[in-house]
Amino acid sequence: MLTWLIEPLQYAFMVRGLVAAVLVGIVCAVVGTYVVLRGMAFFGDALAHTILPGIALGYLVSGGARESLFWWALGTAVIAALGIGAISKSAQIKEDTAIGIIFAGMFALGIALISTVRSYAVDLSHFLFGDVLGVSSQSLWLTAIFGALVLLLIFIFYKEFLTLSFDPILAVTLRLPVGLLNNLLLALMAVTIAVSLQTVGVALMVAMLVTPAATAYLLTYRLPVMMALAALFASLSGVIGLYLSYYISIASGAAIVLTATALFLLVFLFNPRQGVLWRSANR
Amino acid sequence: MYPHSHHQQDKPILDVQKVSVRYNGHLALEDVSFHLHVGERIAVVGPNGAGKSTLFKVVAGVMPPTSGTVTVYGSGPDVHVCIAYVPQRSQVDWSFPVTVADVIMMGRIAKLGIGGWPRKRDWDIVHAALGTVDLNDLAKRQISQLSGGQQQRMFIARALAQEAELMLMDEPLTGLDVPSQEGILSLLDRLQEQNVTVMVATHDLEQATQHFDRIMLLNHTLLGFGKAEDVLAPERLLEAYGGRLRVVSPDGKVLALGDEGCCDEGEEPKHAHLAD
Repeated sequence: MLTWLIEPLQYAFMVRGLVAAVLVGIVCAVVGTYVVLRGMAFFGDALAHTILPGIALGYLVSGGARESLFWWALGTAVIAALGIGAISKSAQIKEDTAIGIIFAGMFALGIALISTVRSYAVDLSHFLFGDVLGVSSQSLWLTAIFGALVLLLIFIFYKEFLTLSFDPILAVTLRLPVGLLNNLLLALMAVTIAVSLQTVGVALMVAMLVTPAATAYLLTYRLPVMMALAALFASLSGVIGLYLSYYISIASGAAIVLTATALFLLVFLFNPRQGVLWRSANR
Repeated sequence: MYPHSHHQQDKPILDVQKVSVRYNGHLALEDVSFHLHVGERIAVVGPNGAGKSTLFKVVAGVMPPTSGTVTVYGSGPDVHVCIAYVPQRSQVDWSFPVTVADVIMMGRIAKLGIGGWPRKRDWDIVHAALGTVDLNDLAKRQISQLSGGQQQRMFIARALAQEAELMLMDEPLTGLDVPSQEGILSLLDRLQEQNVTVMVATHDLEQATQHFDRIMLLNHTLLGFGKAEDVLAPERLLEAYGGRLRVVSPDGKVLALGDEGCCDEGEEPKHAHLAD
């Protein structure tokens, strides 16, 4: 068993991948708590897809180098988050329709840009589904620094974000800077997505934001506990997913997301508080 | 970051002058003017969609009026943290992962400042508020585990923790059983002892008559504001409720109001009945 666990660790890329998966899992899970509580899963999914043209452009400009992509992703994500936030406030069409139009259009633009390169299929799949085993130590540092920044801001503005999410009218009557706080939260989601890009990719991002937080939501009624449990589930998914990927040779991003989904299903069915099976057994 | 406006004590706690609110092309409030005295209890009555919630939001500084002015102690409501808006229970996400004490502490955060954490004094205030509304034993419960009356009392406690001087309650009695309603009404008496001014939207004309100092009859415009016997005259009620007024006894006493008006403020149709 021990050798089974240790064997993959002789490879530096596995160690870097594990560290990246755990870091990304924690940041995504904590931010994802607000995504779940505020019903922003679709927004998160759209935001992740919307940054593809930014990454593609960076990729073309740098001639295929990976190192600068983080900054392109970060820039695009922040602009897209604030842009979608502003557009969804205008009452011309319904919010989810507006988001749907922008997200599909931008995603298509990203694919079109990447398709001008010859090695397009491989690169596209890395952007879409992640390539955690290709994480360099430099991008690991960027992940750690920006991830820590996100967590620090979530901590500093804890009571403001909590109040704004639970009762926006109270936030206004307490004269909190509501517009600023909303945009800050969107920006934090954007940074989280940029940080997680290489681990799970654009297409699977929403799972990291939503699934561990939703699992935790089933188990507690305290927000800090929900954040801690979500971080735990996400880290576990990252580690278990990578071992699965190593031993049964499946794509790492998919393995992480499938593990998170399996954890959710287990809790959904068996948790003693409101698990589906438990309830029907007690009926 | 958090404004603390000086209260000009010679100015009324609330002064509303010629306020109109128009949205999506229709006039929700038209030329509404009134002012309140400190410690008054006001019942706001009128059919669904009459603009009661809109009035509260304008007074709370949550929604700007299209024209007219609202002042609280001489300055605009959006610089005050002494106004509490108690939401309708149907507008709240009860499955949110917070406890009763968490929700009440939210009332304190304007006083804590950005990055500030609750101190002992804040917890003392929260516990005192819990005591006032008699929810000490339920402080650590998740909010969905409370009954309707307890949920409503929790929001009143939050307004107390906020040190609110003006409380706006949007139909706090709707959907509660009689003992719970009485619990809320007796709390209103305690608030008056603390000089808190309250405006309560309600459908129940008898409770409005018995438990409030003045009654405001609203249907987009202000149809009456004063003592119950003046405001609730049958012809005025007919003007407010139109054909939707159901039961008026022969001696002119209103016994029941039925209201199936449309819900342009997202209110569900409600029936308010008086005991006869």
